[in-house]
Amino acid sequence: MSEAQDFKYIGQRTIRPDGHDKVTGRANYAADLSLPGMIWGKILRSPHAHALINRIDTSKAEADPNVFAVMTHADIPNQTASGIRNILARDKVFYHGHAVAAVAAVSEAAAERALGLIEVDYSILKPVMNIDDATSNDSPILHDDLFTKGMPEEPKAPSNVASRNELSKGDIEAGFAEAEVVIEREFRTATVHQGYIEPHACTVRYDEDGHSMIWCSTQGHFAVRATTASMLNIEQTKLNVIASEIGGGFGGKLGVYLEPVALVLSKKSGRPVKMQMDRNEVFMASGPGSATRNWVKIGAKKDGTITAMEAKLCYEAGWAPGSSPLGPACMTVFTPYDVDNQYVEGYEVVVNKARCAAYRAPGAPQSEYACEMVINELADELGMDPIDLRLKNVAKEGTQTMYGPKLKAVGLVECLEAARDSAQYKTALKENQGRGVASGFWFNVGGESSVVINMNEDGTGTIVEGSPDIGGSRASMQMMAAEELQMPVEAFSAIIGDTQNLPYSNPTGGSRTTFATGMAVVEAAADVVSQLKERAAATWNITPEQVEWKDGKAFNTKGEGVLTAAEICGSAAKTGGHISGRGNISARGASPSFAVHLADIEVDPDTGKTTVVRYTAIQDAGKAIHPSYVEGQYQGGSAQGIGWALNEEYVYSSDGRLENPGFLDYRIPLASDLPMIETVIVEVPNSFHPFGVRGIGETGIIPPLAACGTAVSNAIGIRMSELPMSPPKILKAIQDAS
Amino acid sequence: MQKTHVTATVNGDVKEFLCDPSDTLLQVLRDELGLTGTKEGCGSGDCGACSVLINDRLVCSCLVLGVEANGEAIETVEGIGEGDKLHVIQEKFLEHAALQCGICTPGLVVSTKALLEENPDPSEEEARYYLAGNLCRCTGYDKIIKAVMDAAKTMREKA
Repeated sequence: MSEAQDFKYIGQRTIRPDGHDKVTGRANYAADLSLPGMIWGKILRSPHAHALINRIDTSKAEADPNVFAVMTHADIPNQTASGIRNILARDKVFYHGHAVAAVAAVSEAAAERALGLIEVDYSILKPVMNIDDATSNDSPILHDDLFTKGMPEEPKAPSNVASRNELSKGDIEAGFAEAEVVIEREFRTATVHQGYIEPHACTVRYDEDGHSMIWCSTQGHFAVRATTASMLNIEQTKLNVIASEIGGGFGGKLGVYLEPVALVLSKKSGRPVKMQMDRNEVFMASGPGSATRNWVKIGAKKDGTITAMEAKLCYEAGWAPGSSPLGPACMTVFTPYDVDNQYVEGYEVVVNKARCAAYRAPGAPQSEYACEMVINELADELGMDPIDLRLKNVAKEGTQTMYGPKLKAVGLVECLEAARDSAQYKTALKENQGRGVASGFWFNVGGESSVVINMNEDGTGTIVEGSPDIGGSRASMQMMAAEELQMPVEAFSAIIGDTQNLPYSNPTGGSRTTFATGMAVVEAAADVVSQLKERAAATWNITPEQVEWKDGKAFNTKGEGVLTAAEICGSAAKTGGHISGRGNISARGASPSFAVHLADIEVDPDTGKTTVVRYTAIQDAGKAIHPSYVEGQYQGGSAQGIGWALNEEYVYSSDGRLENPGFLDYRIPLASDLPMIETVIVEVPNSFHPFGVRGIGETGIIPPLAACGTAVSNAIGIRMSELPMSPPKILKAIQDAS
Repeated sequence: MQKTHVTATVNGDVKEFLCDPSDTLLQVLRDELGLTGTKEGCGSGDCGACSVLINDRLVCSCLVLGVEANGEAIETVEGIGEGDKLHVIQEKFLEHAALQCGICTPGLVVSTKALLEENPDPSEEEARYYLAGNLCRCTGYDKIIKAVMDAAKTMREKA
């Protein structure tokens, strides 16, 4: 597909199929399932950021008559399963909030009380809380078996640097030799959280015959099954994972925290177990996105031709090596620019913080923030409009990326032109206001998706898909099935199947669902069409090729006759049994989505308070299946990025305790903090998708960091280089400069 | 600990339940009465996902004790609609695609009802400040505010 297509259903703004349940409170989320005889599990968490566990005494808790089961790390059946030291600590705790033991008791309050009966003897170690400290010569070492991967020479001693990455193209030194203007700067970003409103929770039941059920909120229930089955040595066929409605994820619900613990507690107690993190636990033990220290250097000729781009990126992993998004950070940093000479070197560093989790376009916001800030400074230095500078060096079809592929048709030029032509860009700023523009790039992923469309006797269809729906994707699946079958959207319902209903599907992540699962829906719908044609052909005694499927009906091209889906499905018993279409795919061709954002911010010079006065988000969707939910992704990504830029950060005490694990002190944007967020949907079709779709969920969180960073810098006339730009930091910058 | 017998009107029905003195109204609604439409996002009154009306007054049910409901009229998201019809606010949230994951939606629907009962013609700014206690991480609030303003307009026209 490459030409623009005419669509009958795609592009409409239909009412989402799960909407009624969500506005009436009927929709069931992770914490909403209770079972007869159910008890409650709770986790004991470390009060220390870094300590050896000498002894855990659970005897008093076990003696409590309200307690049905107690467990520690040693109770996980498969002691070699990966990730179990984050599920429950073994001999060492690595962060404030690290899980140490768990109990199941008659009520949540009883479980909470029983945690106080568990005695843990710790030897407290000095915590390592940031990249500078972790890489200093006298730093405590978190893991004495951690030798930096990817070094040119094999390291002789363990360190807190988990790995080194490198990507390059062209000749970086020659590129800088050609440059007439060179700018280099270092930027820092704080630890942040995805901030989903629904805490992690699950209800599980382990049956005597070894079968188990997990009900939980997750972005990937097949991944929950794989992880839990591995930790408990259960065959996958005996473990059914049911994805509840999910109250936000943003990458933070790809990981597994509670389910294996709950299942062991259920097995030990012989009762169903519910577990729910409280909000403090969510902040302490799940989430965070990496804090970073990123240096970028860019050289250009006076006419604005960029000749060289270089970066050194340092990402925190939290305590667990391999948990940072360093790879994507390196891949994305310079991709919006068609520049021959690029070089990036990346380091992952372990610190005494919770294991980092994916957070919407993981890695890209921080690295692209550094790049985009330098690009904007370069535009100032050259006396060029920042959009013109970007257009002069813009990535387009045929651009060789540093990480491998050449770009196919992409929409960055169109996004930049739309930004330049936008109402906001033409509006004059007032006193104490500044404007920032920034681009964003995310590569998107494809992967495995499984879909079945079951045709009912009345000719309607039920779409069963394996991708938990976080943002309205069931509506898109309905619309794509409707388009392929040329039947009304209302003729389809869409549900998320359990792990027992469908073959494996990758998690909802990487902006893959509408793209990859959408492709599987189209394939399943095409399968239904071909079966409907076969049945009609059998009825008419002609070949399937002699049947035309149009407007949701079969037409006999060799004579008289029309059959509706209802007629064919209603008499399916006579033509070979009932009809279902299947689409089990491993999708390739997830083309990137580029975005350009504009931020206008006013700064109160007396207090440092920022107000976002206007904001526009422009992004290439390939083809917007449901424009409202595409706009919603742009707006939601913008809001998260604005929060990241202006206010959100983890605050730690000197001994490594998280001091703001709640929404009062970790303040995400409120309705009163934001303006309307204007959106422009650019559509440059993705030739790999039957309807031209690109994933769009993640890119929108990338540009706000530099758009806001530049807007604030311009408003106060001082270059800001650290996020978040909270009022005290802005005020200090103003005072230091005067 | 001895439980307390509580009688309250919940969504128009008289309900009796036994309640531990330390149980919050949120726990009672969800665990005793099975009204799980009211959500827990924080348990500390910061997110608004558990918003309910007590005698038409908007509260976070995680900050109210179950025993305090005795003799009061409670309205939750389950009681907002009218029979088999959605309330205008609910309809407008759907029309404007004002939800993504939907976990904050019940609280926002309840808060919006309280807003529009107090102020049938709010400015955008008034709506934003009234709803500042209801956190949404998915939408950026744009479509929520549009839905609220449209609901307000429709309700004024019907009144």
